[in-house]
Amino acid sequence: MFDRRGLQLIRLHNIRKSYLVGAVSVEAVRNVSLTVQMGEIFGIIGHSGAGKSTLLRCVNLLEKPTSGSVTVGDVELTGLSERQLQRQRRRIGMIFQHFNLLSMATVRDNIAFPLTLAKLSKAEVNKRVDELLKLVQLEQHADKYPAQLSGGQKQRVGIARALANNPDVLLCDEATSALDPQTTNSILALLLDINAKLGITILLITHEMNVIRAICDRVAVIDQGEIVEMGDVLQVFLKPEHPVTRDFVDQVADSGANGQLLRERKGRLLRMTYIGDLTYEPILYNAVKPTSVQFAILQGTVSRMKQTPYGQLIVELIGGDEEIERVIAELRKEGLEVEAV
Amino acid sequence: MMSFENVRWPEIWDATKDTLYMMTASLIFTIVFGLMLGIILFLTSHRQLLQQPIVYAVLSFIVNVLRSVPFVILMIMIMPVTKIITGTTLGVEGSIPPLVVAATPFFARLVETSLREVDRGVIEAAQAMGATKWDIVRYVLLRESSPGLLAAVTITAVTLVSYTAMSGVIGGGGLGDLALRYGYQRFQTDVMLVTVALLIVLVQVLQTIGDALVRRYSRK
Repeated sequence: MFDRRGLQLIRLHNIRKSYLVGAVSVEAVRNVSLTVQMGEIFGIIGHSGAGKSTLLRCVNLLEKPTSGSVTVGDVELTGLSERQLQRQRRRIGMIFQHFNLLSMATVRDNIAFPLTLAKLSKAEVNKRVDELLKLVQLEQHADKYPAQLSGGQKQRVGIARALANNPDVLLCDEATSALDPQTTNSILALLLDINAKLGITILLITHEMNVIRAICDRVAVIDQGEIVEMGDVLQVFLKPEHPVTRDFVDQVADSGANGQLLRERKGRLLRMTYIGDLTYEPILYNAVKPTSVQFAILQGTVSRMKQTPYGQLIVELIGGDEEIERVIAELRKEGLEVEAV
Repeated sequence: MMSFENVRWPEIWDATKDTLYMMTASLIFTIVFGLMLGIILFLTSHRQLLQQPIVYAVLSFIVNVLRSVPFVILMIMIMPVTKIITGTTLGVEGSIPPLVVAATPFFARLVETSLREVDRGVIEAAQAMGATKWDIVRYVLLRESSPGLLAAVTITAVTLVSYTAMSGVIGGGGLGDLALRYGYQRFQTDVMLVTVALLIVLVQVLQTIGDALVRRYSRK
């Protein structure tokens, strides 16, 4: 199959959205531009009220931007008539924090709903629903009503429904925020699987950094309606620049050592960053072994970002300056990033 | 011991059939018109799909006016209209137009309230799937609010039973007419008691069936 990854699928250009609250105009989104590439998982993270939900709704025009343009594929959605927009929306699936299923319809009928809207024949609908039930592993629950399902199962129905018309894009509005951590992980795994198997581009919003870390390729941080930082997850994660980004990174960092403790240490403090397979190598030990330098690990994280292992340690090296420099040179030679704290 | 010497059962039976006929016929018209009016009220109201403040205000005002006029007065007021529609203002046929005119705004308000209970998120999800406004009415609003609508139909049916009894005042026929003519005007208390007892039974049966249906179709 022709690999279309790398093409721009979603282009938001200078999006502004303001509301009238009483007589006052409030800007929920201020001049946001971003592009999402085909096949990637793009995350937008922000605190509640930062404008992320409004921004996501601008992509399928559930919210009409006050100004700016939205392009999905090669169609500029902001220039379409209502009828044309309804047709284009079938290419954009969406899942929600509170699932938003039809409470009066069975799982099967919920998944069939977008297909019925697209006027497929009964036989086609049934065939497609069976495929989708299998994809989200809900075959045994086809005839239940949403009230009889757990939160994770409801979100699976939501995902199946969103995928029914084979969309190019899946928009996720805080899709795991109402779920417990274990269920969150299984839903995130399903999203990763869908992205890998079906090549569907995913644009999600969240306030949880672990969601970004688990599945996103790129991330944008939004604060007060503006994007304050954007880039590859790994880069943003390891070198957060904006204070809001640092807040989010701290959510998932193990805060073993605080500033106070670090200031009291006598030795040389270094932040070492491992990326990729290096993470599992005994590099630090090998570097200090030929010297008389000793080390203490004050804070550390070893984890994975999507598929990439990474580690970040704050280490105190104790010994002569010259020997410490030799250790640092050795660490850098092995490919670690080392910087003074 | 009370005797029921004045009670002529065939006449009672005919009156019961008349009451049931008036109630059923006017209920059907009320559901058709009230559902349409209720949906329009809902859709044109603030922050809904067809938000139209002026249309909503006008419809809402008309509904309120019709609901403020006591049924007995309303029947008399619309007699000319009734005459045009049915050719008579008397009997079972003559009662149906005023019953529908009185019950429709009442039912429409109940419909509007039921539709308001539908989760906005579900409407939003349907919009995100590319549903048209008509799709949303048909597949989301009516379906999701169906237990509420069933309850509204039950309440309206019960209300119509009491209205049919009142229509006896202008010669409307049915159990109310019987109670009025024999029980009140000829002091035949036994006839009045029997008709009242039958009305009570009718209301109980309607409410029980309605409640059972609501329970049967609730999914929450």
